[in-house]
Amino acid sequence: MCLAIPALIKSVDGMEAEVEIGGISRRISLQLTPEARVGDYAIVHTGYAISIMDQKEAEETLRILDEMAHLVEESG
Amino acid sequence: MRFITEFRSSKLASGLLSQIRLRSRTPARLMEFCGGHTVAIFKHGIRQMLPSTLEMVSGPGCPVCVTANADIDRAIALSQVPGVIIVTFGDMLKIPGSRSSLQEAKAGGADVRMVYSTLDAVKIASENTDKSVVFLGIGFETTAPTVAASVIQAMQEGIDNYYVLSLHKLCPPVIRAILDSGEVRLNGLVCPGHVSAIIGSYPWEVIAREYHIPCVISGFEPVDILQCVSMLVDQIERGEAKVEIAYRRGVRPEGNPEAIKLMEKVFEPAPARWRGMGELPASGLKLRREYRQFDAELAFDIATEPAQEPEGCICGEILRGTKVPRDCSLFAGICTPEHPVGPCMVSSEGSCSAHYLYGGDLAG
Ligand code: SF4
Repeated sequence: MCLAIPALIKSVDGMEAEVEIGGISRRISLQLTPEARVGDYAIVHTGYAISIMDQKEAEETLRILDEMAHLVEESG
Repeated sequence: MRFITEFRSSKLASGLLSQIRLRSRTPARLMEFCGGHTVAIFKHGIRQMLPSTLEMVSGPGCPVCVTANADIDRAIALSQVPGVIIVTFGDMLKIPGSRSSLQEAKAGGADVRMVYSTLDAVKIASENTDKSVVFLGIGFETTAPTVAASVIQAMQEGIDNYYVLSLHKLCPPVIRAILDSGEVRLNGLVCPGHVSAIIGSYPWEVIAREYHIPCVISGFEPVDILQCVSMLVDQIERGEAKVEIAYRRGVRPEGNPEAIKLMEKVFEPAPARWRGMGELPASGLKLRREYRQFDAELAFDIATEPAQEPEGCICGEILRGTKVPRDCSLFAGICTPEHPVGPCMVSSEGSCSAHYLYGGDLAG
């Protein structure tokens, strides 16, 4: 039930935003994430953005995991 | 899709798996709390990929499954009150109570409506001013702030026919109850990602310290879960017990302060009834005095017969992690997703449903 998916914020209108989820546009509430900006990826749960994806952290995680995968490959 | 596809990479997954196989020496049992994790673990066959040193068990993290029968009975009783519209998330409809389900009540003429969001629930209230609209507030800390937001919206818009039956549950207290009972020996916790997006990592720190158990907050893609397991294995092998966030793109240590503020404004902790665990202190949420006009508990006199559990169903034990679905004599024969006997088979995030759909019963 805590299912929540990342969605790109396309426009912001006060406490609401237009997002795209799997090619479909949807209006969501920004009541819980007033800091949201156009271009952010919101984590959407039951019509509300509950958090904003940290793009830098995502890239950093992927970089570390990628490095590790290479190391394992080389040693294996 | 951005932030999803990258975390399904088979290259990253196999790198993590090699790492886990290389490092895991000590036999350990890990519990994934969240029903969303259970589904992802089964769907991607993660249990079968792990080395024999690691065992995974599912916890009580399906809000629909842990809702006590007595509370489902109360929701059904409310649906029989003239002039009441029951509004709820879809999963609740089919859950059998002691004598019937909301779906059966609906078929019998009760006005029960399914919504995707509490925003829709408030809208239904504003469009049906001659009726009382009761939203069934189920869910953990992920969902409670959205319900709080709906109450505040109703207040601001002067909507006086909107009510919430608060059946919300809190995660850290039930994890504590499981650890306190000592029924299952656990060596690591896969902590819920979206609950933690709200509450942050601090509440888990107390648990890691007090019970000396490693806690890692995980996302929901296969790479996320394997990364979490790999971090748990590292802690176990080093004899550490701390809180780490694997799902760093979605969870900040402080959580979402705005959501916490809203949730605490509208709700306060209260005892809650859990299926299989009985009543646990301060493990639920009730509306604060300032918002009592929205409290369905106070607005309606709800009387029900004593609750009964479905005969033969062992959901309660499964939710505590002491039994697995195949221990149930009804599993797969009598109880299937088409003809579910208990909530763990009805809910798409229930353990029985995950075992049934993805063959987890074969691998244990
Ligand atoms: S298989 Fe069905 S009856 Fe058995 S525990 Fe699961 S939900 Fe209950």
